[in-house]
Amino acid sequence: MSELNTLTLAQARDALRKGETTSVALTEACLAAIEGAGALNAFVHKTPEIALERARAADARLQSGDAPKMCGLPIGIKDLFCTRGVPSQAASRILEGFKPEYESTVSQQLADAGAVMLGKLNMDEFAMGSSNETSCYGNAVNPWRRGNEDTPLTPGGSSGGSAAAVAADLCLAATGTDTGGSIRQPAAFTGITGIKPTYGRCSRWGIVAFASSLDQAGPMTKDVRDAAIMLEAMCGHDPKDSTSADLAVPDFEAMLTGDIRGKKIGIPREYRMDGMPAEIEKLWTDGAAMLKEAGAQIVDISLPHTKYALPTYYVIAPAEASSNLARYDGVRYGHRAKLAKGDGITEMYEKTRAEGFGHEVQRRVMVGTYVLSAGFYDAYYNRARKVRTLIKKDFEDVFAAGIDAILTPATPSAAFGLGEMTDADPVQMYLNDVFTVTVNLAGLPGVAVPAGLDQQGLPLGLQLIGRPWEEGDLLNTAYALEQAAGFLAKPGKWW
Amino acid sequence: MSIDQNTAAKVAKLARIKVEEEALPALASEFNTILGFIEQLAEVDVEGVEPMVSVTPMRLKRRTDVVTDGNMQAKVLANAPDAREGFFAVPKVVE
Repeated sequence: MSELNTLTLAQARDALRKGETTSVALTEACLAAIEGAGALNAFVHKTPEIALERARAADARLQSGDAPKMCGLPIGIKDLFCTRGVPSQAASRILEGFKPEYESTVSQQLADAGAVMLGKLNMDEFAMGSSNETSCYGNAVNPWRRGNEDTPLTPGGSSGGSAAAVAADLCLAATGTDTGGSIRQPAAFTGITGIKPTYGRCSRWGIVAFASSLDQAGPMTKDVRDAAIMLEAMCGHDPKDSTSADLAVPDFEAMLTGDIRGKKIGIPREYRMDGMPAEIEKLWTDGAAMLKEAGAQIVDISLPHTKYALPTYYVIAPAEASSNLARYDGVRYGHRAKLAKGDGITEMYEKTRAEGFGHEVQRRVMVGTYVLSAGFYDAYYNRARKVRTLIKKDFEDVFAAGIDAILTPATPSAAFGLGEMTDADPVQMYLNDVFTVTVNLAGLPGVAVPAGLDQQGLPLGLQLIGRPWEEGDLLNTAYALEQAAGFLAKPGKWW
Repeated sequence: MSIDQNTAAKVAKLARIKVEEEALPALASEFNTILGFIEQLAEVDVEGVEPMVSVTPMRLKRRTDVVTDGNMQAKVLANAPDAREGFFAVPKVVE
């Protein structure tokens, strides 16, 4: 058998059930890979004791024939998820030292399914960023490099540590969260698969909130089958999240037939951006040809409000963030600033938040405060909520016309160099999410699938967008695309 | 709409984030870049459009209004930067 940490969830699951390996062996292989991958800065809190304890318990359950679906499979958890007794700080200084007394619903469900937590993964602070450069832990680094260059590249963000860890085989899979593209963009930048399910599929309880009407958790995995396996374990109704959907969770893996004959795939003309690199354009055309070859019908469609998605997002997300992040006040948890003589409670709030929040987080909280403030609420926030209604209606119209899924590029470029965007204005960085953010605004499921390499040898991804609650059908289309694209490349190990 | 330093200072105050005087011009300029980008929304015809309240068209679950949890003072206080005698402690608020 190949190195245990390089297995997919499905391969490892099958090997465990055949008695060809043990969860302890899988876990030790991953822990060794993590120890050797400090240069990637992907795992920021390691939990080897918890991992080995859970692995031993999983082996006992496998022995006794009482093994749940993900029994014994080692995974990483994004730092945004609260994990009992383990630092959970959303990559922010303001949550330094915070060890939750409770477990997020999603990470609990994964544990209940038998998964083994290896540790917590790097990310952009409070999930605000597209390059993992706003983290208090420092940058996570992409295991991929351009040709023979040694320029460190971004793994994308905000789930950059999760993407780097999965791509570098430090864990079999990882959790991510996606508010504007934070699962799909890093998945595309690192040649892995990532799905953001329909809003309401996964409970948000215990996940540090960024923008509550957009945030969703999802799996980041080595292939589509693994995404189906892990998504099933993460989904389900939770009375502790009032927006969690009380719907049955299907067996997503059983729906992967690869048969997409007769499916209608929409190609939205508004996603053909000015200045889009020829390689991205070609990838997209090739992807459509592959789906057609597999028996799908390709249809040109229009989503007329696409160009307003990013500005809408940059009103709604900061507005919700300014409200959600009001809780970091230095009173109940995390950092509190040292106060000068005579400082009162207002100075405590102001100094604590200035010291605890990084630059990008401060900027978004303040933009959110501004768009919600008296006199601007209607002009900005209410108008953005109306445009959001129109963006969602664009999708409803094409689905009503019989479209089953929509194919788009996942990102406007391949991974860029860490620091390359430092001098760009914030809006330039925001453009990374141009193809993904519409999906969050409309609450739809979206999946990024690796589909090719660019001329410099970096992975590029395609995105499929599905109908609400039809993740199973969406994953099946992604499976057909994966099989046709045949993407098997791995980054050469330099770390 | 252009944001000047005074507005930037006011927003920082509302957000309870201390911003030093010398950082205000750069902050105001960043706000203007972002708001300039957002300004595009003014082009959209939103006449008669309802502002979105919930992205999933479903009625939120209700439950009986009863106590379901509690009695965990130590856990609630476990992460406090300053907890005394079973309470969160803060600087003096009332003279």
